[in-house]
Amino acid sequence: MRRSTLFVGQLAFTLLVCAFMLVPVVMSLLAGLTRNYFQGLSSGLTFDWLVQVWQAYSPTVWLSLQLAVACALCVCVVGVPAAYALVRMNNRFSRAFEELMVLPVAMPGLASALALLLTYGQFGGFRSSWLFILVGHVLFTLPFLVRPVMAVMQRQHLPVLEEAAASLGAGPIRRFFSVVVPNCRAGILAGVLMVVTLSLGEFNLTWMLHTPMTKTLPVGLADSYASARLEVASAYTLIFLLMIVPLLVALQAISARLSRGANR
Amino acid sequence: MTVSAVKARNVLSGWAMVPRLRPTAAWALAPAAAVLFAFWLLPLAHLVLLGGQSRDGSDSGYWQGLSSAQYLGSLAQTCLLALATTLAALLVGGFSGFFLSRQRFFGRSVLVALLTFPLAFPGVVVGFLVILLAGRRGLFATLGLALVGERWIFAYSLMGLCIGYLYFSIPRVILTVMAACESLDRSLEEAARSLGANHWRVLCDVIVPGLAPALVSCGAICFATSMGAFGTAFTLGTRLNVTPVAIYNVFTNYANFAVAAALSVVLGLVTWAVLLLARRLAKDSRTVL
Amino acid sequence: MSGTTIRLKGCRKAFSDGTVAVHDLDLTIEAGETLAILGPSGCGKTTTLRLIAGLERPDVGQVFFGDSDVTRLPIERRDVGMVFQNYALFPNLDVAGNIVYGLKVRGVSPAERTKRCSELLELVGLQDHGKRSIHELSGGQRQRVALARALAPRPRVLLLDEPLAALDAQLRERLRSELAQLLRGLGITAVFVTHDQGEAMALGDSILVMEHGRVAQLASPRDIYQQPANAFVARFVGNLNAFSVIEHTPHGLKVSGGELPWNGADLPATVYCRPEHLRVMDSEGHLHGRLVGQFFQGAQSRLLVDVGAAQPLLVDSTDSAIHAPGSLIALAVEPQVLFTLSS
Repeated sequence: MRRSTLFVGQLAFTLLVCAFMLVPVVMSLLAGLTRNYFQGLSSGLTFDWLVQVWQAYSPTVWLSLQLAVACALCVCVVGVPAAYALVRMNNRFSRAFEELMVLPVAMPGLASALALLLTYGQFGGFRSSWLFILVGHVLFTLPFLVRPVMAVMQRQHLPVLEEAAASLGAGPIRRFFSVVVPNCRAGILAGVLMVVTLSLGEFNLTWMLHTPMTKTLPVGLADSYASARLEVASAYTLIFLLMIVPLLVALQAISARLSRGANR
Repeated sequence: MTVSAVKARNVLSGWAMVPRLRPTAAWALAPAAAVLFAFWLLPLAHLVLLGGQSRDGSDSGYWQGLSSAQYLGSLAQTCLLALATTLAALLVGGFSGFFLSRQRFFGRSVLVALLTFPLAFPGVVVGFLVILLAGRRGLFATLGLALVGERWIFAYSLMGLCIGYLYFSIPRVILTVMAACESLDRSLEEAARSLGANHWRVLCDVIVPGLAPALVSCGAICFATSMGAFGTAFTLGTRLNVTPVAIYNVFTNYANFAVAAALSVVLGLVTWAVLLLARRLAKDSRTVL
Repeated sequence: MSGTTIRLKGCRKAFSDGTVAVHDLDLTIEAGETLAILGPSGCGKTTTLRLIAGLERPDVGQVFFGDSDVTRLPIERRDVGMVFQNYALFPNLDVAGNIVYGLKVRGVSPAERTKRCSELLELVGLQDHGKRSIHELSGGQRQRVALARALAPRPRVLLLDEPLAALDAQLRERLRSELAQLLRGLGITAVFVTHDQGEAMALGDSILVMEHGRVAQLASPRDIYQQPANAFVARFVGNLNAFSVIEHTPHGLKVSGGELPWNGADLPATVYCRPEHLRVMDSEGHLHGRLVGQFFQGAQSRLLVDVGAAQPLLVDSTDSAIHAPGSLIALAVEPQVLFTLSS
């Protein structure tokens, strides 16, 4: 099929934007695998930098994973019931509450972190544990689970399904676990993936909340950008991308499925 | 009003007409309410109060922050930078997003996926990518050296910061515009065509007004993230005079908690005001993420 | 399975926007009886069903099941079985999982559940479908599963909200008679909501016609059709011809197009009859007019006959003769099929 010049122009523009997004990523990938970046690819490819990064920074990877999983769990426990309540109540109060919940995302992370630090910083044990960072992550990621779950719960058949369960004798708690949660699995999964992705990459809050003993991956990245040589920093970035890109791919697959479901 | 808004309203009124199994639902909100109160509202209130305190008899944090030319200048600079980023992102992202939502071609979904990945990159990584692009040894430096014998370096300036912010703003705009295009009523465009409007007129008279609410709310959230993005500025260098960096310096270098708190509150207020204004303009009841 | 008497005493329900869905409704449904609630959309029929179910609580009034006051009981403690309009089958469970859900909730043992499940699958004729996913079922099968699920816990009352509305016309006819047989056989007290008068007549032991949240008439299907209490009921349960009486004569009523036989003592201003009660005659009849339209409908045809009144008369004739447009038509009518209505 012949396409118009308008189409070609638009495509070229979009590809240019895509190049802007991708070229630095590719450069970073190459830099992490090149023996000497300043000499270029001719110096040969190597995994040495990756090994070096792993030796120096692997604790940050584990801590970040631990944080992400814990954060996803907490957000599920807190967020799924909250989404349910917000959809069910649907009044002035619930809309105000939803707005309140989104504020930690809209507000500069630095401000939230500062507020947490100045209020709870004097509790030494709490301050120095990874749980302090977890609190920040839960605040920041909560709406990213609640919103997609609410979207799924707002589909019209769910209230009727719940009434059906009630007509068969199921009480509120049983209804929630046997009807509401199983029928929102896709929304919850999408939310959890988003939460894990965001938690793995969270820096604005984490930088203020971390201690030398609780360094997460992005904190380690910032360290390496400031002090390590470019190849090491790139290799470290490469490890981060390897962790996060599969999550993003899965997330896109699920969102596609969800939007198809919404149109059905 | 968009089609989806009309639908949403119908759904809402339906809900109001048929109150369903409701009374127990409020309990499910309790855990979230507890978390938000303890770790967000309480600290925030503390922060607001702290900003009003003063150290050893000097002025309150707010007065120190707002009377200093340096802090005000950085705030103005931050706002302008965020505004410029937002407008650029809306223009670029709007164009690409509209194109991607209307055209079907081989590789489209891959392109969409690639374009939206950077949304989840943390600020520090984006900062690093900007350095690779426009730093001392970056792509542009090499390019400039080869072309005119002079290294092009702009990563460590506001320009670099702007590029960094574009990095996560453009994907957001693309996603929003694509979603909004899906819900646009195609028959309006066809009607305009049938009345003799050309592509350009259709774009100005039908599509842009139809996308306007989505563009406004998405622009607001781009503005908000650009205001608060600390990671990128942190990687590009702490000498950049933007408010998040200023707050960080005041807090860590001078341990002046009152001024740090005051500046945070002011930064938060400006951000919040923009979000509220956008919601008023877009007549949308909720903030987009 | 034995039925329970359902009683509504002065039930009123208004919504938050102020519209009153049901006005002070008094209603008794005898044990084992099937009641059809019939009416146009927005007449309060669904709300009435939801009041009985316990999905809504009346603003004033009480609901009794037998002798016990269940007004304050939520639906899950009323022991009702309910079939929803779009069936509301749980998509996360298979057919058997749906049917045993209510038994599981009640803590019935797994062995007992399996037994009951196969009983019900047989009852609704879906013996081999226990392991099927809900998405694989046709509309009619879904309807049967919904019914089996509602019946599984042996409820005191069966409630059906437009149980056949989601099906296409042919299937609806077939399932209607199946459902009627099933309900008679079970002897359970059943209430169902419909806007289809044919369905109400076929399934209901009695019919409650509702209008604007009030009872328009509660009677047997036969009485509803033949002796409608008012014009609303008469028009809702079938087509109607209205004759404005011009003059009372010794043997009848003079109307546009002729004279109707009348042996009632009263002298009404308007009388009515159903379209199928007007017979097309060869020459002589009570009424004469010109044919203005003829529609073939299969078993019968509908004629529109202009007798000079505001509206042409509707005539349903089983005789398949084709009349030329504009030809003269003679119509006869028996005096006993004419009726009057209070406004």
